[in-house]
Amino acid sequence: MRLEGKVALVTGASRGIGREIALELAREGADVAVNYSGSEARALETAEEIKKLGRNAIVIQADVSSSESVERMVKETIGAFGKLDILINNAGITKDNLIMRMKESDWDDVININLKGVFLCTKAVTRQMMKQRSGRIINISSIVGVMGNAGQANYVAAKAGVIGLTKTSAKELASRGITVNAVAPGFITTDMTDKLPEEVKAEMLKSIPLAKLGEPADIARTVIFLAGEDSRYITGQTLHVDGGMVM
Amino acid sequence: MADVLERVTKIIVDRLGVEESQINLEASFKDDLGADSLDVVELVMELEDEFSMEISDDDAEKIGTVGDAVNYINSKM
Repeated sequence: MRLEGKVALVTGASRGIGREIALELAREGADVAVNYSGSEARALETAEEIKKLGRNAIVIQADVSSSESVERMVKETIGAFGKLDILINNAGITKDNLIMRMKESDWDDVININLKGVFLCTKAVTRQMMKQRSGRIINISSIVGVMGNAGQANYVAAKAGVIGLTKTSAKELASRGITVNAVAPGFITTDMTDKLPEEVKAEMLKSIPLAKLGEPADIARTVIFLAGEDSRYITGQTLHVDGGMVM
Repeated sequence: MADVLERVTKIIVDRLGVEESQINLEASFKDDLGADSLDVVELVMELEDEFSMEISDDDAEKIGTVGDAVNYINSKM
């Protein structure tokens, strides 16, 4: 186990990639605060599974785009576990449409949760991590934030923004022993990608050199690497976990 | 008043590694005591803990010298 005795907070951990990350952190020995926005039942399920692995887990409802609820979430985590070593900024939504058809509110919602949410959570944990003189912040971006994607202007802008935010946080916090990195998943099987039509999926497979979809576990394993001691000399980077889609 | 200055001085000495003799009310954290922006943020955090108070971001930005910190704390106590 590589993360024994560590405390992690994972946003958007009730399902998909976030859930897998939370479970993998627990398998590596970390206690986990499971944040969710709407899916309480599934968040509780994730927490139950973590407890079955012999680790502690708490469940916290919070909207990452609200500074008040983010501050409460971080306080509750530190209150429950006494410290905070690892923050995984994973919460995200999509509201896809062509720019010509995209509503202003769809733009705002996605930017608020996927980009501003990362800023607010990062800001809220820095105090604790600076005091500890150590910390790991891992932001889940997306490969489309690097390459662009028709129909996802809001999502792509947010995910590209996360990469810039990752680099800036890394520079600001490096002197205090805190590393900040991003993971950019490619095409991963989740609820989010299951909604895509078959022909879109077939078309995407053609652009993946490893010729298959990724799994949430592929992202979770990368996050574990970035959360542990093995990556101590890496900061400000974005790791592409995409089967070679973007090189 | 003296007590606040004493406690503030101790924190500055510990955090910034400066001599006590360098510290006076006019001393600027950045210009005279060698602090960078992040050091000042950390100093404010430690002052919050030491004096059990919350210093808002807006107020924290106005704290540039030892005297600013001491006056702020006295005004809130």
